[in-house]
Amino acid sequence: MIPDPNSLYGPLDPAPDAGWSSAPPRMGFFTDTSVCIGCKACEVACKEWNGVPESGLDLLGMSYDNTGALTANSWRHVAFIEQPRPAGHRTPPFAGTPTDASVSAASAAVAAGTSKRTGTDPGVPTGTPSAAARMAGGGPVDVLGAIAADPTAANPIAADPTAAGLGSAGPQFLGMPGAQPPGRGTGEEGRTDFRWLMMSDVCKHCTHAACLDVCPTGSLFRTEFGTVVVQEDICNGCGYCISACPYGVIDQRKDDGRAWKCTLCYDRLGAGMTPACAQACPTESIQYGPLDELRERAAARVETLHERGVPEARLYGHDPNDGVGGDGAFFLLLDEPEVYGLPPDPIVTTRDLPKMWKRAGIAALAMAAATVAAFVGGSS
Amino acid sequence: MSPHRPEVGEIFRRFRDRLAADGRHQPTDSTDRPTVNDHSTARATANDQSTELPAANGESTGRRGRRGGGGRRGGGEELRVPEAEFTSYYGRPILKAPVWKWDIAAYLFTGGLAAGSSLLAAGGQLTGRPALRRAGRVTALAAVSASAVFLVKDLGRPARFHHMLRVAKPTSPMSMGTWILTAYGPAAGVAAIAEAAGVLPRHGLLGMAGRALPPVGNVAGLLAAGTAPALATYTGVLLAGTAVPSWHEAYPELPVIFAGSALASGAGVGLLAAPTAQAGPARRMAVAGAALELYGTHRVETRLGLLSEPYRQGNPGWLLRASRMLTIGGVAGALLGRRSRLVSGLSGVSLLAASLATRFGIFYGGVASARDPRYTVVPQRERVDARRSGMDLPSDRAAPPAV
Repeated sequence: MIPDPNSLYGPLDPAPDAGWSSAPPRMGFFTDTSVCIGCKACEVACKEWNGVPESGLDLLGMSYDNTGALTANSWRHVAFIEQPRPAGHRTPPFAGTPTDASVSAASAAVAAGTSKRTGTDPGVPTGTPSAAARMAGGGPVDVLGAIAADPTAANPIAADPTAAGLGSAGPQFLGMPGAQPPGRGTGEEGRTDFRWLMMSDVCKHCTHAACLDVCPTGSLFRTEFGTVVVQEDICNGCGYCISACPYGVIDQRKDDGRAWKCTLCYDRLGAGMTPACAQACPTESIQYGPLDELRERAAARVETLHERGVPEARLYGHDPNDGVGGDGAFFLLLDEPEVYGLPPDPIVTTRDLPKMWKRAGIAALAMAAATVAAFVGGSS
Repeated sequence: MSPHRPEVGEIFRRFRDRLAADGRHQPTDSTDRPTVNDHSTARATANDQSTELPAANGESTGRRGRRGGGGRRGGGEELRVPEAEFTSYYGRPILKAPVWKWDIAAYLFTGGLAAGSSLLAAGGQLTGRPALRRAGRVTALAAVSASAVFLVKDLGRPARFHHMLRVAKPTSPMSMGTWILTAYGPAAGVAAIAEAAGVLPRHGLLGMAGRALPPVGNVAGLLAAGTAPALATYTGVLLAGTAVPSWHEAYPELPVIFAGSALASGAGVGLLAAPTAQAGPARRMAVAGAALELYGTHRVETRLGLLSEPYRQGNPGWLLRASRMLTIGGVAGALLGRRSRLVSGLSGVSLLAASLATRFGIFYGGVASARDPRYTVVPQRERVDARRSGMDLPSDRAAPPAV
């Protein structure tokens, strides 16, 4: 079979390209974050169905997100973005109720240092405190990326008048989000705007899946539904897929050494069933179906939201012309992707593979030539 | 959704009307992003003018082309934020950092050392320099054996190392590397074993083996040398074939660095082991290898803009600076001390140490770039913004590396 010219990059139907002769339509997820309520039923359902081990019961202290990231032991991850800024199209929330910032920049900076024992590697690593403070405080920060020496002393949001008072009057950081309604005690005059975004993240099942391309054992494979699945009886834990994934999805379990990720419930798909997370989602934020149909539905949904005055709604991962050839699991987001911890413009590493091999070939020839010259070229 | 939506619609309509009354023309954006429309502009303006709350610039992707990586924070007057500010999810990394531990960095060194030694040995074999041949073959076997140990040890399931041999995938540099090692390892091993011919007795069964070994060893030595350049350079593709920003964008240089580093370490073995009369080729190999290594390292430290930073900071920066010093010192010693066995030997040690430092520096530089979301977000955000503004990239920003 002659490989498709787009085998490494560009629009492609992956299942026939992988050798499936009579493949069913490509299936996928459309996750509409505008209706996500952050219930985490998807996380639980996924664990239940797939027998995913527990991923630690630690509080990360950054938001209601205590899962932290997609790991080998969390195949769905609900992200919570809590920020003191206008909630988009909505009226100021809690009108009449004194509100305050959800989480102070100072405590976010501390929370960036928290980690948890997920039983996986790299699991949920710590973050950059100054970036976290910037994200939670919504104000300017002194030096980019520089680790704030003492986040409580050098309050990065002090310069922002809208958020002033948080650092001084704000609560002590106790390793968890405040249990009281924000702003109690500061009064209505201390009210700030507040937005709360939630998104259920999952493996993207890329058209050009770097994890699959670089897997040296053939453990990762393309299913007839166009999804990407790890065969646990083949994987030998080399870890190449983990650093190849442009989304940081796949991860290694420490106890068994193998790489694990969402299978898009391959076992359920084969029986004509809906994946566990989509089945459990109470708001149909997670929708499962043929990818073509989902893309149409998503486009219509974005249009509806724009008409209703939600101009910030946008799709992510839906475009077959993007850096990974389009995702099998794509999203409707209400802000830029990096706000949700998604890469803004991922490109599959294998796009450049032919050029890489060429470079290596040239370097190898140079090496051989240098050796020949070294032995032929001199007198001693 | 909020039940108060009509109120917002009211604000919204008011601003659309006001904009229409102003007769301001909405610049149309050429991208096909779904978010780009008149609404976004209208709303952003609405926020700026009708409320004292910080405007949600991040939500408007229409006219705010200047926003760059950092306009999302704060109100309109804070648009001129430092250039490299970026947005992240609570500062957490986006990518999963490589799970490879120090033994993979060590393998980069031993694999290169094996390759360089095999080339040295083949040269010695063909030009009648037995000291170079012997040292090269023995080192190659030792180094390739250590490589195998490092590689298997780093697996999550070491007992399944042979699963690597199920497939041969050109899209997987690790699979290609497995097959390169499978071809190289036995050849290097036989070549080294053939060196034992000299110590075998002259008569009997062992004597026959002793007479048969040298020609077999010569063939094996040439086979090993034939695959050695591939062994030394595929590791560059191995690292570049990941999403790790500072590795991937360095793909043109990594094979060059590793080829140079391998030559220099092979030369180091020659300088250490051979008498000065036979070490001439090793000295020239050292010069060539050092030149490639220094050139490549300099390129990754300077060409990649923001993504060069991890190679200049912290431990990786320290290692690469040490490597440069050791390389220069080793080459200088090799050239100036050509009559002194001691100086030559020290130069060889210096070159070997330089190669080791280079490998660890490049390895941990890449790991650092995967751990900080800045190196993931900023270059990608610049790409997106450049596309949106019609490839009009501001010059004061780190440009995406040339391909």
